[in-house]
Amino acid sequence: MSEATTSTETTAGTFEPRIQAFVCNWCTYTGADLAGTSRIPMAPNVRIIRLPCTGRIDTLFILKAFERGADGVIVSGCHPNDCHYAAGNFHARRRFAVFRELIDFLGLDPDRITFSWVSASEGKKWSEIVNDTTERIRRMGPFSAYRGLAGRTP
Amino acid sequence: MKELQDLAAKLLAEKTVGLVIGWEQGPRGARPAFVADPKDAGRLIFDNRCVHNLAAYLSPRRPHLRGFGRIAVAVKGCDVRAVAGLVRESQLKREDVVLLGVRCGGVHDEPTDAGPLTAENLADRCVGCEVREPPRCDHVLGELPPAPPSRDGRRAGRIAELDALDHAARFAFWRQELSRCVRCNACRQVCPLCTCERCLADKTDPPWIESSPHTRANFAWHATRALHLAGRCVDCGECERACPAGIPLNLIGRKVAAVVERRFGYRTTDDPQVPAPIGAWKPDDGQEFIR
Repeated sequence: MSEATTSTETTAGTFEPRIQAFVCNWCTYTGADLAGTSRIPMAPNVRIIRLPCTGRIDTLFILKAFERGADGVIVSGCHPNDCHYAAGNFHARRRFAVFRELIDFLGLDPDRITFSWVSASEGKKWSEIVNDTTERIRRMGPFSAYRGLAGRTP
Repeated sequence: MKELQDLAAKLLAEKTVGLVIGWEQGPRGARPAFVADPKDAGRLIFDNRCVHNLAAYLSPRRPHLRGFGRIAVAVKGCDVRAVAGLVRESQLKREDVVLLGVRCGGVHDEPTDAGPLTAENLADRCVGCEVREPPRCDHVLGELPPAPPSRDGRRAGRIAELDALDHAARFAFWRQELSRCVRCNACRQVCPLCTCERCLADKTDPPWIESSPHTRANFAWHATRALHLAGRCVDCGECERACPAGIPLNLIGRKVAAVVERRFGYRTTDDPQVPAPIGAWKPDDGQEFIR
């Protein structure tokens, strides 16, 4: 894996959030595709990684994203009962619920992460999630507190 | 104690089991003992210094012990939950092990502590424990002891204190604690439910968990460990006792257990038939955090 640049502050001193999205292939990715082909304006801050299912999203992916320079993370998949694999999102929902409260307890603000269900027809909803998350993370500032933990003097 | 020694000698002599795992007197208090010869059964002890959860030796990560055939292992009431965890996850066949349950009235924080139990030196997990008689055992030994001294649980209080802080203050606390972790993996080795033959943290291509012991890697490791033990941790407290850096790992384990209980209504149990909460699901699980 190549090392991402770790600073998200631009030369002008302003902050442009870097947001990593983990989405499922069947609903949210298709929904994001719809948002694109429908020419819905969206913040350009989100990079998408497509996975077969939210059940494939290990919570370690989220921590890894923060390590590698993400300031925020979006996790999105099919609505309950719409999972292509029948129950992947139900399994994921339990894991995310525990993960969210765990990192909260460890002092990482869970508002850094947006969890959502976006179906293939919800291009509009996807654009709202992208824009809302970008704005929220912009207000929260860069997540250098976590990223910088690897330094000698954290 | 004589009862335990005699039974161990008998099981070994008639070759019901090839090995008895119990506790013995070591140079620094009680320690785990492995007895394969009936003549050595006299080494075995049980008293309130026997804090170790010996179910850790039943883990499939220790195949060399399987070479002894059936194993008898001495367990306190709480240790039975770890055995149940292994059986629940098909890591152990119940018939491959003989459980020697010992009646327990609480143990010390440390195996070096001698003397009577007081509210001060009682292990935190024993606070409010009502299991005198170990359940689901093949043999139950010892006299019925009195209940452990009562006091408030220290960890519950500490967790409530941390919960009351804001994110920045909690982050500062854990950054301080986790910066001391040297990634010796004692917490993993001593855990009866850490059963993976190859741990995620040992995988280097890609390196899912950074291997250097800096604070960021330690956050990822301890968060991942806690998640992998969510709904599986039996609160034996061995990780925290084994930690050479004195990191309060139990706080994380207890916090996650409380979340699992509140959200999924699951409490660690000695019944191997009850399904674990992570890996199961209900259509109406809470999703207030999902848009």
